[in-house]
Amino acid sequence: MTSAAAPVIRRGVVLTLLGLAGVAAVYGLALLGTPTERWQGLAQKILYVHAPSAWSALMAFFLTGVASVGYLLFKDPRLDAFAEASAEVGLAFGAVMLTTGPMWAKPVWGTWWQWEPRLTLTLLLVLLFIGYRALRNSIDDPEERARYSAVVGIMALVLVPFVHLSVYLFRTIHPQPVILKPSRPSLPWEMLRTLLASLGAFALLYVGLVTTRYGIGRRDAGVTP
Amino acid sequence: MADRLPAALVIAAKDVRVELASRTALTAATAFGVLILVVFNFARDPTAVSLEVLAPSVLWVTAAFAGMVTLNRSFAMERDGGAIEGLLLAPIDRSTIFLGKYLANVAFVLVVDAIVLPVFVLFFNVPINPTLGWIALLLALAAAGYVAVGTVLSAMTVRTRFAELMLPALLLAFVVPPVLVGVQATTRLLGGRPLSEILGWVWFLVIYDVVFLTLGLMLFPATIDE
Repeated sequence: MTSAAAPVIRRGVVLTLLGLAGVAAVYGLALLGTPTERWQGLAQKILYVHAPSAWSALMAFFLTGVASVGYLLFKDPRLDAFAEASAEVGLAFGAVMLTTGPMWAKPVWGTWWQWEPRLTLTLLLVLLFIGYRALRNSIDDPEERARYSAVVGIMALVLVPFVHLSVYLFRTIHPQPVILKPSRPSLPWEMLRTLLASLGAFALLYVGLVTTRYGIGRRDAGVTP
Repeated sequence: MADRLPAALVIAAKDVRVELASRTALTAATAFGVLILVVFNFARDPTAVSLEVLAPSVLWVTAAFAGMVTLNRSFAMERDGGAIEGLLLAPIDRSTIFLGKYLANVAFVLVVDAIVLPVFVLFFNVPINPTLGWIALLLALAAAGYVAVGTVLSAMTVRTRFAELMLPALLLAFVVPPVLVGVQATTRLLGGRPLSEILGWVWFLVIYDVVFLTLGLMLFPATIDE
């Protein structure tokens, strides 16, 4: 049986494959075409996977919140389907972020985990969105599920500054921002180039995965995308 | 919000009367709180960790958990027997229902806190002086915030499978900021630091309360069926 969502899913799969190819190319570029950092050694290469997956995860959760606001305003089921897809893809990126982080932290910080603002915030967000998914799974009525998850999505969006502020007052040992800061980026050009390329690959991967998941959600709901 | 208050107080008074008739939830939550204090006391090595070091965290974790278990009841009560229909038929808007439920929930959590705090003082040998008043204020401010979130969430989770598990799974993330701030401020208060050091934390809690109460008033109508 061909569903009306099939073209969307197909487009999503193609984009995802392109994104994965991009990530593979970034691996090559990071290992072969980028100088090794003097103090951190090979461990620093994790940056090119860790930072873009963290940004993608945060962007995914943020867009879930925005789509949730949109759903309560316009009651358009497509916004709910997007929120669901984005939350799920955010969790996948979150898993990458939370596994690559400790792998880098052990040799460089000397500890797997540190209770500092960025780690705590992202961990809490991942846990909250696991709850968000559990909530979705425990409601059968699609309209009710959409409303309830939108409420949680919006509350999560509002929670972020509070978590950040409350944890920020502890001292942080997380590397400070190297690109998005008032002064010039502090990464050497070759490393910056690899990081930006990786960010592009992960953005493409996000779009591909969300499109696929959105298409699957619409197909399962039995509606045209 | 002021024009909603009279009707909201009627709803809150109804919830309080229902609870006073049985006193099940409050008694259970309070016993639960005291039990957590007992468990904490035995969950540490007294030769390695002194009571004073652990006390602020114990107080806040206990208050948060004991407070949270009272919240499930609020809408479970309305769901059973379809009592919510009666509330929805009343000529008031949904935000007023939220406000009434919220006020009753805050009252319940404050009662639990009012019992947990003296027991904490007793078990943990905390000196009785004016700083206890400040700690009580911090507990009340924290409760006013996370109860707003919990009231919205519990209105939804009672209608799901595994309601008792779903509420804490969603609510705990929202409890982290007030508890974190509360522990920091309580540590300073018990350590005899000047009040000026905790004023920033107090403001943090006030802003948290205002933001999430406003958000609750706005979002709650979406949790009720048309």
